[in-house]
Amino acid sequence: MNLGAIDPVLLIASLMVAATPIILAAIGELVVEKSGVLNLGVEGMMITGAICGFAVAVESGSPVLGFALAALGGAAMALIFGLLTQYLLSNQVATGLALTLFGLGVSAMVGQAYRGIKPPATTRIDMGPLSDIPVLGRILFNHDWMVYFALALVACVWAFLKFTRGGLILRAVGESHDAAHALGYRVVPIRLLAIAFGGACAGLGGAYISLIRVPQWTDGMTAGAGWIALAIVVFASWRAGRVLLGAYLFGGITVLQLNLQAAGLPVPVEVLSMSPYLITIAVLVVMSARQRGAAGSAPAMLGRIFHASS
Amino acid sequence: MIRLEKRPEPSRFWTAATPILAVVLTMIAGGIMFALLGKDPVAAIRTIFWDPLFDPQFAAYSRPQLLVKAGPLILIATGLALGFRAGVWNIGAEGQYIIGAICGAAVGLAFYPMESWIIFPLMVLAGALGGWAWAMIPGVLRTRFNTNEILVSLLLVYVAEQLLASMALGALRNPEGGGFPGSRNLQQYPSAANLELIPGTGMHWGVVAAFIAVIFAYVLLNRHMTGFHIRLAGQSPRAARFAGVNPTRLILLCLGISGALAGAAGLFEVSGPAGQISIDFNVGYGFTAIIVAFLGRLHPVGILLAGLLMALTYIGGELAQFMLGLPSASIQAFQGMLLFFLLAVDVLTNYRFRIGKGAIT
Repeated sequence: MNLGAIDPVLLIASLMVAATPIILAAIGELVVEKSGVLNLGVEGMMITGAICGFAVAVESGSPVLGFALAALGGAAMALIFGLLTQYLLSNQVATGLALTLFGLGVSAMVGQAYRGIKPPATTRIDMGPLSDIPVLGRILFNHDWMVYFALALVACVWAFLKFTRGGLILRAVGESHDAAHALGYRVVPIRLLAIAFGGACAGLGGAYISLIRVPQWTDGMTAGAGWIALAIVVFASWRAGRVLLGAYLFGGITVLQLNLQAAGLPVPVEVLSMSPYLITIAVLVVMSARQRGAAGSAPAMLGRIFHASS
Repeated sequence: MIRLEKRPEPSRFWTAATPILAVVLTMIAGGIMFALLGKDPVAAIRTIFWDPLFDPQFAAYSRPQLLVKAGPLILIATGLALGFRAGVWNIGAEGQYIIGAICGAAVGLAFYPMESWIIFPLMVLAGALGGWAWAMIPGVLRTRFNTNEILVSLLLVYVAEQLLASMALGALRNPEGGGFPGSRNLQQYPSAANLELIPGTGMHWGVVAAFIAVIFAYVLLNRHMTGFHIRLAGQSPRAARFAGVNPTRLILLCLGISGALAGAAGLFEVSGPAGQISIDFNVGYGFTAIIVAFLGRLHPVGILLAGLLMALTYIGGELAQFMLGLPSASIQAFQGMLLFFLLAVDVLTNYRFRIGKGAIT
């Protein structure tokens, strides 16, 4: 065992990378759930984004184009969900599951041609002197641009939900769709927009895994990241800022257990590999036990079907 | 303008017709998907749905496989459907299936090389208990701490997969296996083997258990108070509470039954068709069973038929892979598509399409 080989600075720096896909997927799902829709297909949208982004980046040689198409692919998948749940009034839990199963199948099918290929490298942002600051520089200012994009997105979503009229309408739709409908807001189009945004974010998160984090294509490579993103939305009590906290907590555990595996800690590898999932469950339990008292902070219409004439 | 009008009560005709309509639509969409892959769509659909049953060359091998594949699907889906009806979403059947297989196989291997008739029943019991215990984790967390059972049961699948890997490489590894991962082959251990009961049919104890589970679930749902409570809790939780239904008991019951059945399915699979605990012994039956449950309209008899159909797509998919070079994942996409279409056309059961402007839009 050689715990001394773990460099804390490097650990925190890679924590930020490990957390980024979860941040992206979770912030998208947060907006979706704020509008009163429960989309359990995050995993399916992420893996679709992962393969779309990977395929496009490999074919075109441009990671930026890859990310753009990944967002588009994720949004397209999400709109299938939107069509089914908003217009055909299907059960959201079942439809979300269908999205995950379908996404895993389609991505594996498309991905066959892309096994064992390396994607083009994503450029790091040159922060000039900032990245030369001793410790902080390596932790904060030495990443690819998607890391900063994810952070900016969280800030935007936070500001949108808190300060803008659009955010207020979105939350109104999520808290009481009948009241929002009576006020003249168009519940279904608003929700479709939120669903598409959530899909695009999940797609970006997936592409981040296949293009930067791993970077390679293997079947089912998101390995539950979508489900963890869903858990983190619950952990965050549907607040944008706390999504960041949850994702960093999860990212930290993932990176730490990988480092401990490498350092040869005398604990079976499998126990370390299952620890992120176990800790996610533990955190979920603590949060839900706490939220029960305060009447819950979940949007009131979460998962309910809206049908105007009823 | 097209609008939806809620039916006073679900249409009986569409309840039966929607699964068939969904299958037809999936065949069309699947055909388009296969055409995009550069395969002849008609040949692909025929290879998946017709050849395994009626082609003189393949039917002899494929027909018994139908029961082998349908057995675990029906067994798991029957349990899941009880929960889905009550609004209890156990989507981690795959994990319970793995744990059931590990527990059951461990009991069997503990007796090796003793021969006794009691070993196999004990293994089934251990498998069911293992699945039950694994399902109790989300159950207890839900009832004690109000934790979402969907997320917990699903996350536990990943934990179970890691556990399976550690068992195949460690505790349950065959000591005479020359260091290869995987346990002893249970099929070569007569007391623990789940062999074909009638040669040439594919019928093994797991299939028998699946049929018993279907009958049991049918009686429970239609003739028993508990079954009524399950349906009531799903359709109107408030009414159920006034009727004195204990939600805690119901959640634990639904999760427990589905976990035990999934665990038993895992044991039947590991001691029969799969033969041994290996790293990738699970093939996703726990997830496909969710599709089976919905395709069967959460009704035991429907699930029986849906399980057979889904088994057919598995076998036909393998055949199409072998004959036409269709990618193996395309069948998974095909199954996912089926669930989409099913949920989409389900709107016809509860709503009526009206064309023209209504009084209130």
